[in-house]
Amino acid sequence: MTAEVTAPRLSPRQLARRRRVASWKRGWTRFRAHRSGMVGLAVLVVFIAIALAAPLLADSSGLDVTQADGPILHAPTAGYPLGTDENGRSVLTLLIWGSRISLLVGLMATLISMVIGTLIGLVSGFFPGWVGRIFFRLTEWFLVIPYLPLAIALATVLGRSLVNIIIVIGVTSWPGTALLIRSQTLSIRERAYVERAEAIGAGRWHQMGRHVLPNVMPMIFANTTLTVAGAILAETTLSFLGLGDPTRTSWGTMLDSAFEVGAITTGCWWYIVPPGVCVVLVVLAFTLIGNALEEVLNPRLRGR
Amino acid sequence: MSLVAEPGLVADREQADAQPRRRGYASYVGLKVLGALGSLFFMLIVNFFLFRVLPGDPAKTLGRGRLVSQEQIDAFNKTYGLNQSMPQQFVTFLKNIVHGDLGISLQYRTPVSQLIMDRLWPTILLVGTSTILATVIGVYLGIKGAWNRGGMFDKISTGTSLTLYSMPEWWLGLLLIAGLGVGFWFVPGIFPTGGLNSSDVDPNSLHGVLDTMWHLVLPVTTLTLAYLAEYSLIMRSSLLDELGEDYLQTARAKGLRDVRVRNHHAVRNALLPTTTLIALNIGFVVSGAITVETVFSIPGLGLLSTDAIDVPDFWVLQGTFLVASAGVILANLVANLIYGWLDPRVRT
Repeated sequence: MTAEVTAPRLSPRQLARRRRVASWKRGWTRFRAHRSGMVGLAVLVVFIAIALAAPLLADSSGLDVTQADGPILHAPTAGYPLGTDENGRSVLTLLIWGSRISLLVGLMATLISMVIGTLIGLVSGFFPGWVGRIFFRLTEWFLVIPYLPLAIALATVLGRSLVNIIIVIGVTSWPGTALLIRSQTLSIRERAYVERAEAIGAGRWHQMGRHVLPNVMPMIFANTTLTVAGAILAETTLSFLGLGDPTRTSWGTMLDSAFEVGAITTGCWWYIVPPGVCVVLVVLAFTLIGNALEEVLNPRLRGR
Repeated sequence: MSLVAEPGLVADREQADAQPRRRGYASYVGLKVLGALGSLFFMLIVNFFLFRVLPGDPAKTLGRGRLVSQEQIDAFNKTYGLNQSMPQQFVTFLKNIVHGDLGISLQYRTPVSQLIMDRLWPTILLVGTSTILATVIGVYLGIKGAWNRGGMFDKISTGTSLTLYSMPEWWLGLLLIAGLGVGFWFVPGIFPTGGLNSSDVDPNSLHGVLDTMWHLVLPVTTLTLAYLAEYSLIMRSSLLDELGEDYLQTARAKGLRDVRVRNHHAVRNALLPTTTLIALNIGFVVSGAITVETVFSIPGLGLLSTDAIDVPDFWVLQGTFLVASAGVILANLVANLIYGWLDPRVRT
């Protein structure tokens, strides 16, 4: 065993992998030194834990309007630590279960947006000539269409459901990512090792998959966390405007019902403040992590 | 640059490396206008696709509730050319838009173009005031923070900006209504909770104007806070990018005072990327207007479109989408033209 370790025969693939692991480790060490990034990570871990442990923290029957037996729009009491909503449900239960939908929509929409953005960014940056140019124009055109009116129109046409809201946010939020990936691709394409690969006969797809993509990966990673922040905000806003899935509770739909039943004018702060604070905390956490990652991964920003 | 003499490759590289000739301002303007027209056309295609192709049967969605008999449906299809082939439909759609025919609102039973004209001014008033305030305050905060990076002011201002940036702007509006409009605990509510003017005041008198301004205090504060977060962060990072530059060192070496180095050298250069980023993010301004108008029930374009969601009033949604996108494209074009005029380097 020890003999094998001291004289390992590594294939090029293993070598590359080892190098990548080492570089991720270096990145993590740098990230750990980043205070605001770590604060963001801690906040995020707490929220993810709450979302995962929702069934343990609050019984899901508390979401059912027909089974609600609490007082209506009542201020916090011992039995209902964050008061009740207009149906007599505990706001705390809604908040805990709402974290699941808000995070799920944010992550799934980001996944769609990252896949579209990365593909279009890679193609428009890597292929010279008309192919790249068309994709670049497409990105630019999409970029100037204001996202909320587009999302409202799309969501109204598609109808209200969880899947649709994910699709709407996903397909409206990719252009920024595509532009970023494109500029990274353009710079990596000119590097010596890509040129070398090309010289020894690597095809375009090989160069893109084996050389360019792994090198833009860190940037994609940093951008993803920032996109999640935007996607969660978008989910909240669309749900608030009444375009969320009416059968599921998210922080956005909570704020929508709070606004509808006039919780503001009647002073029911326990119904308005907690969901908003949760949104701000989660979005801020993702933003802080994203900024920290950008600083760790982008040498130009280091030392700021 | 390339060491490999592969024919196809060299041609590509040469094209990329050839120093692009700097254009005159006129041809730069021409190019940008052409680009904007391209965006406009693309937006119309998206619009057509969204409201005519995606819903499947437009007669059902667009004419919802009004069209009962088969004759009515046929007449509707004929007016809007819905029984034609797709490309023909698109041409009819373009023709109608050029003639200002955006259909008739299902909800208000008035032409959508008329509705939009009526609702345009409150939005422009709200968004214009907030944008100007946010730009001035945001740029100032960004400069002050970046110049003393890591100082107390910078930490507080960046932290506040990041928090505001992570906040749905309408939620901030809700909090302001609850706090300053309705009042809580011992604080009395002093500001109106919504609307643009009181019902018993003539909006055209001096009293009416003051009344409208009073109504706009909370919404303008909300939007200003939301926008300035973004502007101050952008300005801060653009100025930080300039800080390491040699010309600042030179300016200091000449013995110029710190304030002069900052205002006459660094800030001037940092304002350029800020202009572009602000122009790129102008869609963000539209989103803010939609939600804040909804929360404060200000009768502008934003409220018009959110009121149309529940019906759903597709004609109104299509119209407001068109106006919002066209506005953003126009604002982008103007920003690009100003940028090209200020900085000849971008006219490549």
